[in-house]
This record gives sequence, C-alpha cells and structure tokens, in this order.
Amino acid sequence: MLTKRIIPCLDCDLQVPHGRVVKGVEFKQIKYAGDPVELANRYYEDGADEIVFLDITASHERRETMIHVVEATTENVFVPICVGGGIRKPEDFVKMLKAGADKCSVNTAAIKNPELINEASEIVGSQACVVAIDAKRRYLENPRESDERFIVEVEDGYCWYECSIYGGREFTGIDAIEWAIECQERGAGEILLTSMDRDGTKKGYDIPLTRAVSENVDIPVIASGGVGEPEHMYEAFTSGKADAALAASIFHFNEYPIPTVKRYLKDKGISVRL
Amino acid sequence: MITIIDYGSGNLRSIKNALKKVGCQVKITKDKKQIKKAETIILPGVGAFGKAMKNLKNYKEAIIRHIEDDKPFLGICLGLQLLLTKSEESPNIQGLNIIPGEVTRIPPLGKVPHMGWNQLNIKKNCPILEGLEDEYFYFVHSYHAKPKEKKVIAATTNYHIKMAAVLWKDNIFATQFHPEKSGKAGLKILKNFVKLSK
Repeated sequence: MLTKRIIPCLDCDLQVPHGRVVKGVEFKQIKYAGDPVELANRYYEDGADEIVFLDITASHERRETMIHVVEATTENVFVPICVGGGIRKPEDFVKMLKAGADKCSVNTAAIKNPELINEASEIVGSQACVVAIDAKRRYLENPRESDERFIVEVEDGYCWYECSIYGGREFTGIDAIEWAIECQERGAGEILLTSMDRDGTKKGYDIPLTRAVSENVDIPVIASGGVGEPEHMYEAFTSGKADAALAASIFHFNEYPIPTVKRYLKDKGISVRL
Repeated sequence: MITIIDYGSGNLRSIKNALKKVGCQVKITKDKKQIKKAETIILPGVGAFGKAMKNLKNYKEAIIRHIEDDKPFLGICLGLQLLLTKSEESPNIQGLNIIPGEVTRIPPLGKVPHMGWNQLNIKKNCPILEGLEDEYFYFVHSYHAKPKEKKVIAATTNYHIKMAAVLWKDNIFATQFHPEKSGKAGLKILKNFVKLSK
C-alpha cells in the first residue's frame, strides 16, 4: 500500500555562504534553524520521505548557492529532493535536476506565465513539475452559486481561496482551486498547497482547503502551513485527503521528531514508512 | 566498474552518488564504444517512452549484445519499461523487446502517477532483493509493465491493482521504483547488484 509522505521543509536564506535554514515565526521574527545540508542529512537519517528546499530569498543571483546545497545534500541523502523559490524557466528545472534534485516547485513564475508548466513538464516530465499554491481565505457574506469562484464551507462561514505570489506579498484574484485544476491540465505532477491563514500559527492545516483541492485534482496534494502537532497531520491525511504533509518548525526545533510523528500516525492507522 | 548509459534522460547524478555510497566505481558515458566494452550496465530513465527510444537508437545494438553475452544489466524505472516490446505511452515506437510484453497506463482508480513509497510482494528468490523483505521503495510512474511471461516478475507492488515492480531474467534486472531514491533499502539493492557484477 502506498504510504502517506512526511516532508520536512527547509526554508533557506542563501545570502550567507552555504546558506542557512530559517523559520519565520508568524511572518515576523526569524529563527535560525541550522545548516541546510546538515539538517537534510539529519532528516534523511530520521526517516523523512522527501525533503523540500525553499529558497526564501528567491533570487537568481543565489542560484549557484542552491545548486551547491543540492549537490552536497545528494551525496548522502537518498530520498527525493524538491527545490522551490526562484525557479522561472524550464532551464532552471534542468539545472536543479542535474544537480541531483528530483522535482522543482514553481509558484509566481507559473501564475505569471502558465505556459511554463506545459514547457517544463514536457522537458523534465510531470513528476518533476510541482506547482506551489499559497492560498488565502476570502470570506463571503452571502455565499451564492457562482460560476467564477469555488466556494468552500469552512468552520466559521463560507469562503473562496485566493492565490498569492511573491511569498505572500501580492494577491492575484485567481481562485486557488480552479488554478490547481488548470495546473494539472497543463502537466503539473503535484500540488504543494500552503494555507496563508494557517502558516506559522500551529493551529493545524486548513483542512477544508486541502480537501477541496485534493477532491478536485487527480495528482498528489501536499498539505502545508499550520502544523503544530502530529494530530494535525492525521487530520490532513483523513479529512483533508492529502497525500503528503509538509512541516518545518516541529522538526527543526525538535518538538516532534520525524520518528515520533510517524509512530503516532501508524498507531492511528495511517500507512507510513517506518 | 559500472557503466551508466547517458542518453539524455534521467537524473544520473543521483544514481552515481548512490553507487559511490555503496563503494562502486561508476562511469557515465554517451560513447558507444565504452558501452560495448562495459562489464555491467545500468539503464536509467525518466521521461517519455518514445523520446527515450529515439535517444537510445545508437545504443540499442550494444545493449542487446551486452544482454546476449549474459553480462549484468539493471534497468531503472523507464529503463525497465524500455525492455518491453511496446508502450501505450508511445504506440508507434518499438521498445527493446528484450522482455516481450506491453507497457500500459495505470488505471485511474487512484491518483496517477503512482508516486511515493510502497512495499513489494516478493515472488522470486531474486539476488538483488536479498535481505529486503518488508522494505519500502520510492515509485513515481504513470505506466506499468505487463510482461508476457509472468515468471520474469520477481516482485509486484499494490496500488489499486497489482503491478510488476521488479523484473528478472537471467542477468537482466529491472526495478520500476528508484533504488537511488529509496533510502537505505534502495542502497542495499544497488549493493546486491554490484556484488553480481564482480
């Protein structure tokens, strides 16, 4: 049976030599979590099913630093590696894959130029083409049938979800669920779905969002944003119907090491790799 | 020394790193002469069947000769599928036809691709699977191989249906999953394979 994947995410600040892993706490304070290569090695030994490197500086100038991080990591880490942030052209995908990555994720570049998904998936294959969606709730006073918006019932009303780009700094007016469907049609192999409302809160993933996307696409969905304890992952896999769960701080600061999380999930009947 | 055929598809660096990790020397080459001389070949592969066969055109003869000489051969992922006669992915293009059979699309009973970690049902006492009961391996594929002769299937995996996961015929081995991305269990498969080539 296919297992649910547990994916540590390493937010990398590449403005220092070799880069460093950071974690924003509710978007303000930045905590320093360690060296990217060392942390990736630790998570591999701990049983991570996949590792995501996210270049939060997302600058083209730091591309070489990220390539070095990937090259150094894949010498000793033998699970899939996904790289996101600053990927803009099909050539960027190719470079990262040559360095040893297995997948690249795109957000801003794909929204600005959706053809990128078609081109990249044609060249490197759908399996290597992940679209990251940062979604924010937009509550509706009077939810009515709408052709344009995918309306979701949440715990305190009704909302639609808006896609954001540039790391949450700009909103697009694009419906996140419709966009996920379009990404699949264009050849994306996976959706990395982050809830902006939950990110950094530790209150749990946005389950209605996760379920809405997962039920409307046929490609795997990675739940992201808001995990504070293993139970949140359980919810993402059961009610949220996610295929994988991404987390950062609960692993970085050793609140819940990967083996603890996996054991918890296994005991609750979730199929995980132990 | 293991020779990896570089025919323009696939993540060769990962396979090289994984083989290095198990203490094996590796040569990645596009040179037909080197491939003809190779003692042991790995055929990697990511991407579409048709395009891969086109890129493989110049090496086809050398691969078939290698196999006829009963030298160890390992196909990985698409490198497994290319061994068959044809694929639904590229209906007009012939495969290597070393293992007769077809490659068909995974039925849409669940999400496709079959992506993630899955277990094997080991059917045969295959040398590359030695010591690997109950382990998980990383799969990512949208098509699966259906060899005509069921006895070449050394292991299957379950994803709504039962699919071939490891093929084995004489000195030909092939895995649908990626051993180079399957953690310590994957490294063990490569180690087992390297042992055969000595």
